[in-house]
Amino acid sequence: MSTEYNLGDHETVGRYETFSYLPALNRDEILEQILYILGNGWNASIEHEHPSRAFEYYWPMWKLPFFGETDAGVILAEIDACRRAYPDHHVRLVGYDNYAQTKGHAFLVHRAF
Amino acid sequence: MATKTYDAGVKDYALTYWTPDYVPLDSDLLACFKVTQQPGVSREEAAAAVAAESSTGTWTTVWSDLLTDLDYYKGRAYRIEDVPGDKESFYAFVAYPLDLFEEGSIVNVLTSLVGNVFGFKAVRHLRLEDLRFPLHYVKTCGGPPNGIQVERDRLDKYGRPFLGATVKPKLGLSAKSYGRAVYEMLRGGLDFTKDDENVNSQPFMRWQNRFEFVMEAVRKAQEETGERKGHYLNVTAPTCEEMFKRAEFAKALGAPIIMHDFLTAGFSANTSLANWCRDNGMLLHIHRAMHAVIDRHPKHGIHFRVLAKCLRLSGGDHLHTGTVVGKLEGDRQSTLGFVDLLRESFVPEDRARGLFFDQDWGGMPGVMAVASGGIHVWHIPALVTIFGDDSVLQFGGGTQGHPWGNAAGAAANRVATEACVKARNEGVEVEKAAREILTEAARHSPELAAAMETWKEIKFEFDVVDKLDVA
Repeated sequence: MSTEYNLGDHETVGRYETFSYLPALNRDEILEQILYILGNGWNASIEHEHPSRAFEYYWPMWKLPFFGETDAGVILAEIDACRRAYPDHHVRLVGYDNYAQTKGHAFLVHRAF
Repeated sequence: MATKTYDAGVKDYALTYWTPDYVPLDSDLLACFKVTQQPGVSREEAAAAVAAESSTGTWTTVWSDLLTDLDYYKGRAYRIEDVPGDKESFYAFVAYPLDLFEEGSIVNVLTSLVGNVFGFKAVRHLRLEDLRFPLHYVKTCGGPPNGIQVERDRLDKYGRPFLGATVKPKLGLSAKSYGRAVYEMLRGGLDFTKDDENVNSQPFMRWQNRFEFVMEAVRKAQEETGERKGHYLNVTAPTCEEMFKRAEFAKALGAPIIMHDFLTAGFSANTSLANWCRDNGMLLHIHRAMHAVIDRHPKHGIHFRVLAKCLRLSGGDHLHTGTVVGKLEGDRQSTLGFVDLLRESFVPEDRARGLFFDQDWGGMPGVMAVASGGIHVWHIPALVTIFGDDSVLQFGGGTQGHPWGNAAGAAANRVATEACVKARNEGVEVEKAAREILTEAARHSPELAAAMETWKEIKFEFDVVDKLDVA
């Protein structure tokens, strides 16, 4: 991102797809996105991976997708638990859309560095 | 049992082809024509003439008519409706039996339905407004080589529209300079860049040289950003042999996507290329040069929704649809109608969107809608609202015209898009809150702030030429 000293230059930095061009989402903002996922009838799921392997398609899942879970607070608590268990990993929140047979939403909720 | 005798001469078309009591079969291919007949011709006769000339009929009876069961094969005009607000024209609905058409051949369907009949003297103007392909026919077509879900999974991009741009200037750059423009846009945050449709293999930049430099740009931008990237390598070529040669080379270089112009190249070439893409795991971006020649006049030609349906059947993973808000023609409701036709598995009749029939696509994959042409950061809130996630928003001038260049321009578009998606997900009405969303996002992005200043709310406010006829 350009700042005062390099105005006019755009530095390339590593990105993580959706929302990685915005400032990191705070807790309330993450909660809003969880509500969006649940509101669409999608199943929330959490994935995590070490930054050195972040480009790969498959990140390990944190537990199973939270099928049928409608309490956003539970999902938020699971994100926290995943972060504690893998402090040096990126953590990604996913909304599985079983009608479209793909992910309806996916974005990084914790960046490891 | 012989029940008919041969009676040479000219009969009114309506006697044979106007059948108002006919109830169309689920397997019939249905068409809605907007007919403007010559003075003195009745609506029923004009409608019947269209049905006849686009199916089994000719101007006079012939003895060999009696060697077959023409009632089994003939097209039938079965309904006539007023065009709201237009006394000169009417809608004619025609049902065609399935066996009139070769399986999996859009070429054959179009040759029949929009062949000679469009030059027929009894009608002054004729426009094919919509077609209902029966599911029986849909299942004989290959359709999109990959589809929306496969594309998202391959590119690992979810929950937002894709972003792209056509390289500018569209003609005249050397391959290496062209690759530079690609690299800068991709490292700045676009997902795709695109060859202009005019770019094939001209003396200033031959295709092989372009493909190599462009793929180097894609590879490097992908490594540096950690995101998957692509460039639509245009394989549209003077011959099919040459087209496949270019497609094979794109694959050898590891390109994830190639591009084709389906109308200028033709449906045979397009369907063959789509089949090749399906077999080779290649995404296929479809451009629509020449469409406005066919679809823009409100009384003559073919509506774009029909061309869009034909493309979905012939095969393509992306199709340009216009932007509604940019520099090119496009009515909002009508555009929403054919965007649904590209993406959904079942689209119900909805006259307010110009959809004359239910259309069932069965399990056929969907096509990404591509919005391209004269759009920039200020349009993004409207584009996200109109097109939703399963679309590619393409900013050519709106990326490369940024005062700090392509990478900054790309970043500005990406920041604006993500800010709009985030706000939408939070329940904000993005089009209404456009200024606040962009202004807030620009606080963290000088690139976006500079883009907003450069294109201070330029709009292209001309009335559309082809409006929906609504009551």
